[in-house]
Amino acid sequence: MQMPDPNQMILDRKAHIVARLQDVLPDDAVIHSDNEVRAYECDALTAYKCPPLAAVLPANTAEVAAVLRICHEERVPVVPRGSGTSLAGGALPTADAIILGVSKLADVLETDYDNRFIRVQTGRTNLSVTGAVEHEGFFYAPDPSSQLACAIAGNVAMNSGGAHCLKYGVTTNNLLGVTMVTMEGEVVEIGGAHLDASGYDLLGLICGSEGQLGVVTEATLRILAKPEGARPILMAFDSNEVAGACVSDIIRAGVLPVAIEFMDRPCIEACEAFAKAGYPDCEALLIVEVEGSEAEITEQLEAIKAIAVTHNPVEMRESKSAAESAAIWLGRKSAFGAMGQINDYMCLDGTIPVSELPLVLRRISELSDEFGLKVANVFHAGDGNMHPLILFDANKPGDLETCEAFGAEILKLCVEVGGCLTGEHGVGIEKRDLMHVQFDHADLEMQLRVKDVFDPGWLLNPAKVFPLDVTEGRRQ
Amino acid sequence: MSEVLERVVRPAAEAELASIVKEAVTSKSSFQIRGGDTRPIGNPLAAAQVLETGGLTGITLYDPGALTLVARAGTPLSDIEAALDAEGQMLPFEPMDHRALLGTTGTPTIGGVVATNASGPRRLKAGSCRDSLIGVRFVTGEGEVVKNGGRVMKNVTGYDLVKLMAGSYGTLGVMTEVSFKVLPKPQATAVLLFEGLDTAEATACLADAMRSPFDVSGAAHIPVGVDGAPVTMIRIEGLEQSVSYRADALAKELRAHGTAEIETDPVRTEAGWRYVRDAEAFSGKPGDVWRVSVKPSDGQRVIAAAGAEDAFLDWQGGLVWLRMAEGVPLRDRIADIPGHATLIRGAGQRAFQPEPMALSRLAQGLRAKFDPHSLFNPGRMI
Ligand SMILES: Cc1cc2nc3c(=O)[nH]c(=O)nc-3n(C[C@H](O)[C@H](O)[C@H](O)COP(=O)(O)OP(=O)(O)OC[C@H]3O[C@@H](n4cnc5c(N)ncnc54)[C@H](O)[C@@H]3O)c2cc1C
Repeated sequence: MQMPDPNQMILDRKAHIVARLQDVLPDDAVIHSDNEVRAYECDALTAYKCPPLAAVLPANTAEVAAVLRICHEERVPVVPRGSGTSLAGGALPTADAIILGVSKLADVLETDYDNRFIRVQTGRTNLSVTGAVEHEGFFYAPDPSSQLACAIAGNVAMNSGGAHCLKYGVTTNNLLGVTMVTMEGEVVEIGGAHLDASGYDLLGLICGSEGQLGVVTEATLRILAKPEGARPILMAFDSNEVAGACVSDIIRAGVLPVAIEFMDRPCIEACEAFAKAGYPDCEALLIVEVEGSEAEITEQLEAIKAIAVTHNPVEMRESKSAAESAAIWLGRKSAFGAMGQINDYMCLDGTIPVSELPLVLRRISELSDEFGLKVANVFHAGDGNMHPLILFDANKPGDLETCEAFGAEILKLCVEVGGCLTGEHGVGIEKRDLMHVQFDHADLEMQLRVKDVFDPGWLLNPAKVFPLDVTEGRRQ
Repeated sequence: MSEVLERVVRPAAEAELASIVKEAVTSKSSFQIRGGDTRPIGNPLAAAQVLETGGLTGITLYDPGALTLVARAGTPLSDIEAALDAEGQMLPFEPMDHRALLGTTGTPTIGGVVATNASGPRRLKAGSCRDSLIGVRFVTGEGEVVKNGGRVMKNVTGYDLVKLMAGSYGTLGVMTEVSFKVLPKPQATAVLLFEGLDTAEATACLADAMRSPFDVSGAAHIPVGVDGAPVTMIRIEGLEQSVSYRADALAKELRAHGTAEIETDPVRTEAGWRYVRDAEAFSGKPGDVWRVSVKPSDGQRVIAAAGAEDAFLDWQGGLVWLRMAEGVPLRDRIADIPGHATLIRGAGQRAFQPEPMALSRLAQGLRAKFDPHSLFNPGRMI
């Protein structure tokens, strides 16, 4: 993946730029030594690294605005950063860019249970939002697997999802308002505690804009009352096709589980070896979770089991206790960790129409043979969001490139069957050069014009999302 | 809104629509965009010609197993609802029918639903139209065809222009195709009815209902019900047994607010929520009609400050419907309550809440990019 060459004129002015930033921030909030800036050289797409010019850690919205005004005046690119868990390289800097990290902005500003919202600074981690309200029986629904580490800032920027979004929606469906600072340093308030913001849906536009339209410093989030209980059932099948058909039938039947997760044999085996969750020996495994009172859980599980039986499952295992529920989820939740133990891996994130699942899984396994790299599939089956994990060896010359080429073929396949390049991780640099596969010139041009409105100088995270050749004339 | 208009164009395909717009760029001739003409909401507009979307019809894809439906923008809403109904599914956001309230007679189209982000009582739980909308195709003010989103429900590829198109009242482009995430229709419905609560008591009751784990899908309060007494309505939907369990449990939990009557007759529950959804209380009655969006606990403050002829609360109080004497400057009266007010029926005041400078600059900027010659619905929104 190529990144634009750094602007030498900016590199030459580093001392001046750092001094100006130190004028508006405490000394320890401006990180500029070669050693220390390395901490910001990459996000969770670790194959790509580049230390930034400097990193700043403002502590409030006013400081963020002051930083952006300076960077705007100095024409320095800015890469916003939450916790750096992006899998798409969204927070990857260039050598001439300032990393603007929001990790010091971690406060809860307001909680209101009668109106069911919480207002937080965006450096706060996803899980600690729920942590702030759970004593009152509430939770924040979007639950990326990275929720212990990732920040609301990155969630809003990537419009992150999670295992439970089949029922509760993704970030954009749970976001009521933001405080955002534009590249010019202007603070704008969009939405609030009321249900619908006025005018054009700028909130919907900001969410998922990958740090290219503004720096989001505060967010008002919908919180929900916790259901009385939840219970998973594990169902094992002897082919991917059958498991896929079962998913479709469950959805059609009018039961709406909170989660339907799918794992194929390579993934099951890796998880077994790693987490010893006691999964059955099978080709494909579904974890379906339902919520509600005891009676409701039973009613839903009965309906689901009745459907599953028509697909001749190898095994069905309904949780009977909290410990059993945890065991069922254990393997799924440690899937990425398990894969990481065996190999380097690249995690893809395309979405497909659920009905195309069998076809796509078959094609992926054919491609796996062609490219000579193993692939394990784990994904949110209810909404068609796939996570093929391609295994490779970072130390073997050429393996990363083969892996990327293989990944590109899978993503093209997703688009071909009516899906998209990314369901929740974002485009970043990873899928940037594939945008042509999904979008025509006019589709992309319209998006670029949106950025022109918010950031006419193309200074905010400029080398992401769109193919570099398309944005060349706009970036300086 | 009875402008005298010169010309009506009615393209039968997207490409034809695009070339009509391209011509209009040269001739600088603007359009009033018209679906079913059942929701003429917004400021009065003066356009050279009418562009009807009624020629762009048909469901292009319906995949019940994937909960997705795609249709051309001029498709009658009733066609879509019938197709979904046949599979036991529905549009989650319960779009309002504006006809009785606004005295219009056309056939609502799905494009009109999207353009006005029309959403009913279930919005509280299932989100508004924009939350179910997963893809659009539209023609820009320069006659280019643009697509965004698609037919899958999880998609973060590029900027989300889908949301932007929802509720843009035809000022950013002419939508030609829209895609939705749909949901299974609930098997059963129960409504808890409380009689005689004053607005403050009702607000507390609705808040407690929403704080419960029982997954409420409608929460409304009508200070003056059909028989003159206040009615508070709380809806629960889902599988049969689950609904009856939750309704009983919720009634118990809300005992402090009074004894709830539980209504489960489908005809009556449907009629009750249609009454709320379509603001039936106001239809055929004179005066301006306003829709005010505030945080739910502020709904009662809006009613207290507005001095309306009639008023009721939906969305737990977060949506206030007001019928006011003509010309009363409502926004002045509720200026200290955060939120915004839309004039749905009436004249002489701006239909949409004026926005702070920074936001309106961004909105103007977007409009200038999507429709640089101001060809679409000039004046309607911005
Ligand atoms: C093990 C693992 C599991 C994961 N599981 C999931 C999952 O289940 N679902 C999912 O959706 N994702 C998942 N992710 C991806 C990642 O966690 C999410 O994209 C997350 O939202 C990133 O948050 P962050 O705070 O780490 O953002 P960062 O990585 O710091 O940044 C992400 C993007 O947000 C922008 N940004 C950051 N802060 C701001 C701001 N204040 N204003 C504007 N833009 C900003 C950045 O410029 C960048 O483009 C996973 C990642 C890992 C490593």
